[in-house]
This record gives sequence, structure tokens and C-alpha cells, in this order.
Amino acid sequence: MPINATQKITLKLVIAAVGMFVFAVFLMPPLYDVFCEITGIGGKTKGQYEGTVATVDAQRQVKIQFVATNNGAMPWEFAPVDYQVRVHPGEKTSVEFHARNPTSRDMVAQAIPNISPDNAAEFFHKTECFCFNQQPLKAGEETKMGLVFIVDPELPASVNTITLSYTLFDVTEATAAEVATIN
Amino acid sequence: MVSRVKQLVVYTLSPLLLLFSVGQQAYAEDAHASGWSLLNMPQGVTGVSNDIYDLHMTVIWICVWISVVVYGVMFYSMFAHRKSKGYKAANFHESTTVELLWTILPVVILVWVAFPSTKSLIELYDTSEADIDIKVTGYQWKWQYEYLGEGVEFMSELTTSESSIYNEAPKTEYYLSEVNEPLVLPIGKKIRFLLTAKDVIHAWWVPDLGVKRDAVPGFINETWTKIDEPGVYRGFCAELCGKGHAFMPVVVHAVTEGEYQKWLADKKAAAAAEREMAKQTFTLEQLMVKGEAAYNRSCAACHMANGEGIPGAFPGLKGSAIALGPVDKHLDAVVNGVSGTAMQAFGGQLSEVDLAAIITYERNAWGNDVGDMVQPLDVLKFKQGQ
Amino acid sequence: MAHGPAKGVGRWLFATNHKDIGTMYLWFSFAMFILGGSFAMIIRAELFAPGMQLVKPEFFNQMTTMHGLVMVFGAIMPAFVGLANWMIPLQIGAPDMALPRMNNLSFWILPFGFALLASTLFMEGGAPNFGWTFYAPLSTTYAPDTVNFFIFGVHIIGASSIMGAINIIATVLNLRAPGMTMMKLPLFVWTWLITAFLLVAVMPVLAGAVTMMLMDINFGTSFFDAAGGGDPVLFQHIFWFFGHPEVYIIILPAFGVVSAIIPAFSRKPLFGYSSMVYATSAIAFLSFIVWAHHMFTTGMPIAGELYFMYATMLIAVPTGVKVFNWIATMFQGSMSFETPMLFAIAFVILFTFGGFTGLMLAVAPADIQYHDSYFVVGHFHYVMVAGAVFSMTAAVYYWLPKWCGKMYDETMGKVQFWVAFIGFNIAFIPQHFLGLAGMPRRYADYALQFTDWNMVSSIGAFMYGAAQLMFLYNVVRTIVAGEPTSVEKTWEGAEGLEWTLPTPAPFHTFSTPPTVK
Repeated sequence: MPINATQKITLKLVIAAVGMFVFAVFLMPPLYDVFCEITGIGGKTKGQYEGTVATVDAQRQVKIQFVATNNGAMPWEFAPVDYQVRVHPGEKTSVEFHARNPTSRDMVAQAIPNISPDNAAEFFHKTECFCFNQQPLKAGEETKMGLVFIVDPELPASVNTITLSYTLFDVTEATAAEVATIN
Repeated sequence: MVSRVKQLVVYTLSPLLLLFSVGQQAYAEDAHASGWSLLNMPQGVTGVSNDIYDLHMTVIWICVWISVVVYGVMFYSMFAHRKSKGYKAANFHESTTVELLWTILPVVILVWVAFPSTKSLIELYDTSEADIDIKVTGYQWKWQYEYLGEGVEFMSELTTSESSIYNEAPKTEYYLSEVNEPLVLPIGKKIRFLLTAKDVIHAWWVPDLGVKRDAVPGFINETWTKIDEPGVYRGFCAELCGKGHAFMPVVVHAVTEGEYQKWLADKKAAAAAEREMAKQTFTLEQLMVKGEAAYNRSCAACHMANGEGIPGAFPGLKGSAIALGPVDKHLDAVVNGVSGTAMQAFGGQLSEVDLAAIITYERNAWGNDVGDMVQPLDVLKFKQGQ
Repeated sequence: MAHGPAKGVGRWLFATNHKDIGTMYLWFSFAMFILGGSFAMIIRAELFAPGMQLVKPEFFNQMTTMHGLVMVFGAIMPAFVGLANWMIPLQIGAPDMALPRMNNLSFWILPFGFALLASTLFMEGGAPNFGWTFYAPLSTTYAPDTVNFFIFGVHIIGASSIMGAINIIATVLNLRAPGMTMMKLPLFVWTWLITAFLLVAVMPVLAGAVTMMLMDINFGTSFFDAAGGGDPVLFQHIFWFFGHPEVYIIILPAFGVVSAIIPAFSRKPLFGYSSMVYATSAIAFLSFIVWAHHMFTTGMPIAGELYFMYATMLIAVPTGVKVFNWIATMFQGSMSFETPMLFAIAFVILFTFGGFTGLMLAVAPADIQYHDSYFVVGHFHYVMVAGAVFSMTAAVYYWLPKWCGKMYDETMGKVQFWVAFIGFNIAFIPQHFLGLAGMPRRYADYALQFTDWNMVSSIGAFMYGAAQLMFLYNVVRTIVAGEPTSVEKTWEGAEGLEWTLPTPAPFHTFSTPPTVK
């Protein structure tokens, strides 16, 4: 069936509109994530660090601060054991966070890391972190959660303090739903 | 009545009058401008706020000069080139020279503005070498301040009473900009703020410090200030965060280093005393008095001062199953919050004494008459594993 | 062949005639304007004095949200679509819109979209209360249950806008009369063509944003929820990627209207026609690359802040060109000041003022102080109301005689203009002072130092509200009892194909295309 000029332009525009919708829902979020990872926008940290850092810059010391926040109605006790450590870039350091579930029900938490300043995010490597996995705690149970990290010696000279923030979310219900679907 | 009418006339005419009298002398003795003299941005008490003010005035003056030219030409033509005066229209409709000129000239002006703007922005972003780190957490609807490494943290909540907001009691001088505990900061020190939020996005704004930064849940933002002069500086939450958005002010007390150290020591001592007090036993009357005050500060925003809540949004406590039911359930709801709802876990926010008082109050106020009470020690025991 | 309109309600329900659909759009948008305006009156009445008098804070938030949504999506956008429906075929010499049945559909789904949105006011939990910008997580995790109605409503409204835009593009590209080359198009057609492309590009992004919200709320995804690795700030990026072009969607057709009216009453051709076209295109292009200037306080890295600051400042250049062109058009004209011209001149004055405050807001360090304060509220009402609404009012007075063959009462038009102009300024100038002094926007109640200017602002707002009732009266009176006119060219200096038609414009026009020399 031959189509006239009006139908042709209409078709093109409808395709363009659908394309923009697809762009918004399916491309913008992953693109944003990639963009954040490259530039450190938003201070999102990377996943597990697999590489190695050969040299330790003993001349330089960087302050690493830890802050902990409970999101919403999350009732756990959650805090870094030490709020601050001083490290040399390149040095492997391990710290701990304390968590306790004071309620009478079993719960699962997910810690979300974030770094400030933004331009430090790509130079902060975590080799082990409790935030890689969900943390279940039974009623009344407490635990020490570990974090092992290396600050890259390439860290910009202007940065002398890095703050690593963890926000603890209650994911008990979401996890239960997931388990239910799997079973 | 007559004075009311007069007032109205003044109000109606004043914009015109004020446009021609840009002055803040009228309220010179008042550090914070108010009423009619509120016309411009405060210059503030930090390097950054002064830079911002200068930039702001520069751009304003550029705009004023451009508008003198643009509006000048326009009003001149409106006056001189009108048909009623018999003016015959010219017929030109383009001029490459003129059009190029008014494209290039604005670019030059913009570049001129861009330089100081860039410089200020770089300064504003330089959070390095801070003396004090303070974590600021936005809650619905209050602020929490934590002095990192000092073990000092507290909630800063509005103290203006609900009756004052609903016009049943008179409004005092600092209506809606007064809090139970201000943020105390030393002057002359670089203070780094780390901002995050517990629920929705908030924004921490103090105009006199030239600081405004969003507090985003799950994320940490930083900014800084260095205050030049002691004083009380008030600000607000600047990101819509729900119904209490207008009711979570910021109050900063800037003091000398000596006063700051003394305040910090007092604060620590008070915290110790608070822990000591948790071991005491109180009478029902004492708990009810303390409970009412603490309830109105921390709970009334949602559950309302009359305990009736807001239907469809926040449950009432008057006659509710929780308030009239077993103490354990009540303790659990208040201390650990209720997941999946807006009910926060207050265990970490309030002292044992306040928690005990609030629960006792909720069980015995507004016609609730359970008659039992909860002692601070009960709360402590509950917190430490039932 | 000339058959007239169908009789009865069927004429409107099954309308495919561009004039009928245009008329329905115009009336619908005016109804929404009154609805959104009454929300504004509630807001200003509550803010007349400190303390909560009329409403509770949670209802106040519903009012600010609904005011924004209804005015942007219900009043201004459909008003310009209505105007486009009426005027574009007349201005390019086309017999009708290119897709008349889709035209019917795109109008008739609108009332349903808004009924859905407004019905939430009567539901438990209330209407949307998270601001017209609906930032997550306030609009997702912390939203009332009625948010799903809001999302569905936005989808419908968005679909309507996209269909309207496709129709306009198809009409302008395919149905121009012989000899009506692109560079001869009246500027109103040009600005609408560019606007329509913006709509096709960004309305789907808005649909995408609300779809992601819907999935976060109901299907456990976490686009905007940090708990699942999402990011609330991503919402703001997506929203403003839509939202900034949206601002120009609202203002560009207004530029077109003013570019028609000013030459008509200056009795002199528009100055710099081609530079107007290029400037409009440049503004449209820039609108896609400046969105994050709405987010200067979110903690973007400094490189991002600097980029968005420079890019935003650039918008001042093409916008300046337009203003200079209008003034050069007036310069050495032979001006007269009938009501449309008064509104058009007020547009230039006030829009320019809004442009100045826009330039101030572009300066990122200073925006730290301005952001989310009443200064911003003042700024965008200068561009939205004095920009879009004033030009829309000018357009109605300008083309009303052509539409209905009756002349409006000039004195009453002028009275309405002065009440609107004075009321508007009394309402919004003080808001700049309030913002600079530290009053945040969307506040249900305020500290005592803000009392005086809020009171003034409220008085101005009531005055401006009254002016709209006068406008309604003027229009209805013209239609019912206006002086009949059959002069083809109502305005001595007016140019364009629409003025070659009989007055009132017959039901079918340009069935035989005119020839443009």
C-alpha cells in the first residue's frame, strides 16, 4: 500500500517518540551509571577491586573517615568501630563496623556505600566489603562487619580527607519476596 | 479598624515606594533585616557568602545597565514613534551590523561574568584541610548533627508550639526559626559538613553562611564554611520533603573557640548525666510532664498534639491498639520503629528518659488510661536485648 | 460543497474541524487556568499571614503541586495547542490539520487525564503532594497511594501532547500553500514547528520518568532507590532533561505570537526575521544541554557545575537577539496601543525581566543562595505568566474578531490589561525580595520577618486573579453581545494569510489553496 507524505512523517515521528521513551527508560539509567563510574559523579564506589597496587606512598598520609546512617525505620545499631584512620596510599587497611539487630525479628540489611569528595571515588579500592552482600542478623544478634581497602597512590593531591559513608537499608521484605519467588 | 485600613494602604503602595529607596537603614540596629527592608541577599559572615554577594551585585548591575538601554530605547519609541502623533513608520527590517553587534556584545559580557563565577565556585568546592567535620542528617522533619570524633550528636527540632502555628497562642520573635538545640560552631575554623538524609531529600541552607547543599538518602555530600563573626544565624530546609518542610529550621550559634570548647565539654558532661538519670525512677506525674514536652517536640508532627493523627496518612494514638496494648509492643514500635511505614526507630534518636516519658504519656493522655508507666531503666533493658 | 458544522453535541464529540478542535482546546485550557488559578488563590490566601489559617500543611503541598501541574500541562500547553489548531492552517493556507481524526483523539483524552489527576483530591491520602517536579523518593517510597493515578494521568496528558505535536509537524511540512516556503512562514508557525519537535523529543522522556516511578513503586525495581543500587539524583537528571526543554515548549509559541502582534501595531515589518528563526532554533538546541542548572546544589562535581553554568549563560545570547529584534521592530514604527499590543509590550518588558533573573540564576555560586527559594518562584512566574499567559491573552484579543466576527470592547480590554499588569507585578516582585532574604519555596508557613512582603504578594495575586475573571467576562461578552464586524483585516498593520479571509472565518477555509507570492 503506498503511503502518502503525511503518513510517512507521522510514522517517522511516532518512531522518534517511541525511541525517546526507550532511551529514557532503558538507556539513560545504565548510561548514567557508566558515566558516574568513569567520572565519579555522585561518589558511587566501584565493586570489588581485583587489581594490585605495588607501591606504597609512605610520604603521604590520607585521612579516611567513616560515617554510618540508618535509612528510614531501620532500627539496627550500626556504627564504625573507629570513625577515622590515617593511611598511606597503596597500603592495604582493614577496618570494622559494628551492627546489632535489637528487634525481636530476624532481619536482612543492605549497606550502600558512598564517597565524598566525588573525585576520590575512583581511587578508593575495596578488596573486601560487607556491602558486597546482604547482611542477615537474627533477633538480638550482633556482628562485626569487615572492610578492606586500598587508597590508590594516584589520588589527586588536593584530596587529603576521604569520607566513606554507609547507609543501611532494611531489605527484609524485599529479600523474603525474592526467596518466595525462587522457591 | 482605621489603623488596619491605613496599614493596607501602606502595604499596597509600598512596592512602588520601596523600589526607589533601596536602603536597609530603617532596621540598622537589627542584625537581621525584617519587614520592608528585606530586599536583598544578606552579605553574610563568611568569605564564600561575601563572594556570592559580590557576584550577585555585579550581575544585578549588569542587568540594570542593560535594561536602562533596552527599556530606554523601547520607551523612547513608544513615546516618540506613535501613530497618534502622526509618526510615519520607517520600513527597515534588517541590519547585519547591528544584529552582529548585539550577538557579540552579550557574549563578551558573559565571558566577563564567567571569570569571577568560576573563581568563586572553585573556592566553594575546596573542602580540603578542614578543622572540624560535622555530619548533618536530614530527617522528616528535623536535623541531626554529629560532631565526628567527639562522640557528640543530637537532634535539632523546631520548638515553636503547634498552638502558635495554628494561631491559638501568640507568635514570638523567632517563630518557626527556633530550635531546641542549635548547631554550635567556632568562628575562624574551617568546618566541613557531610550531608546525608534518612528518608527523602532535604537541603541544608543558612543564607548568612552562603551554604546550601542537598542531603540525599544513601548519598553523602560535602561542603564547608568558615565563619568570621560570632552570632546566631538562622536558615531553613530548602528541598520539599513532605508536610513538615516549613517546620525544620536550622539555627547556628557561632562562638569563639574558647566558648566552643566549653560547650563541647558541657555537652559531653550532660550526656553522661543523662545516662545517669536513666537509672532513676520517676513518678507518673514527672513522666507525664516530661512526656508531653518530648511528645510535642518529636511525635506531634505526625500523630498530632491531640493524638488523633492524620487519617489516611498517620495513625492516631488516642484509643489505639498500640497505646492501650501490652507495653512490650509499644516499646518495640517506638524504639525500633515500624518497618514499611513512616514510623522511625526512635531508640537511637532520643534518650531513655525521653523515650520512657513519651511512652508513658501516650498510654495516659487524651483519655487513654492504661495507668501503667515505663521507667527509663525499662527502656534501657529493652534496648539491651529484651 | 460547503457544508457547515454538524448539529448538537456531535459537532464537538466527533469534531475533526481544526477550528472546532481549536475552540475546544482554548475553552478547556481556560477552565484549567481557572482551576489552577483557584489553587493559587488558596496558596496566597494561606500565605497572607504567618500561621496556618485556612488549610493544613499537607493540603498546602497538594495545592502547590496541583497548581504547577494544572497550569503547565492543563492551562498553558493546551492553550497554545488550541491556538495552533486555529491559526496554523489559516496562516499557511491549509484547509485543515493534516491528521484531523488524531486531532480529535488528542483533544478528547485530555479531559480524562485531568479528571484522573483531579479526582485524587477527593481520595484518601489526597492529591499529589510532592511538587510538580515530583522528586524521588518523596514521590515514590514516601508518596501517597494516589500517586498511581497521577502517573496514569501524566501518561494520558503526555500522549495527547505528542499527538498534537505530530499533527502540527505534519501540517506545517506537508500542507503549506503553493509558494509558502519555509522562510516565508509566519513566526508563530516557525516557533510552533520547533516546539513540536521539542515535544516529540521530551514528552516520551517524561513518560519514561513516570514509568520508572511506577515500576519502583509497584514492581520492586530500584531506578531511584539507593537501597537497590539506584539513585534519587538520576530522577532529577531525567526529569530536567524533559523539564528544561519543557520550559521552552511553553515560551516559544509565545515568542511567535508576540512576533506577529508587535509588527502589526508598529505598522512596520518584523525586524530580523531570519535571525528570529535561527535564535529560536538555537534556544531549542541549547535547551537539551543545560538541564542540570536546576541541580546546582545536588553536589555535582565541579566540572559539571562549570559546564552547566557556561552553557546556561549562553542561552542569554539568542534570547537577547529576540528581545532586541522586537524593540528594533517598534523603533521608528507608527505605533498604536490597542489591548493586544499592550499585552505584547508587557510581555517584552516582563519577560526580559525574567530573563535577567534567569541570568542571575545561571551563575552557579550565586545560585547556591537562590536555589529553591522564592526568588526562583518569582523568576519563573515572570517567564511563565508574564511570558506565556500574557502572550496568550494578547493572542486572544488579537484574533478574537477573526474567530467570531465580533469586536471586543477596547476600554474593557485596557482595564483588564492594567489590572493584570499591576496585579502581576505586585504579586511577583516581592517574591524576589523574599527569596533573597531567605524564604524557601513551597513553604506552608514562614518566619515573621517575611510577613510584610507575603501580604503584598497575596494582594497582588488576588488582583491578578480578578483580572482573569474580567478576561473571561470580556471574551464571553464579545461572543454574545460584541459589535459585529466583517472587516477582513481587523488591524490596519496586520500581515498574513488569515487576514485575507472573510470575518468571521467560515467553517471551511482555503479549500482551494491560496497562492503566495
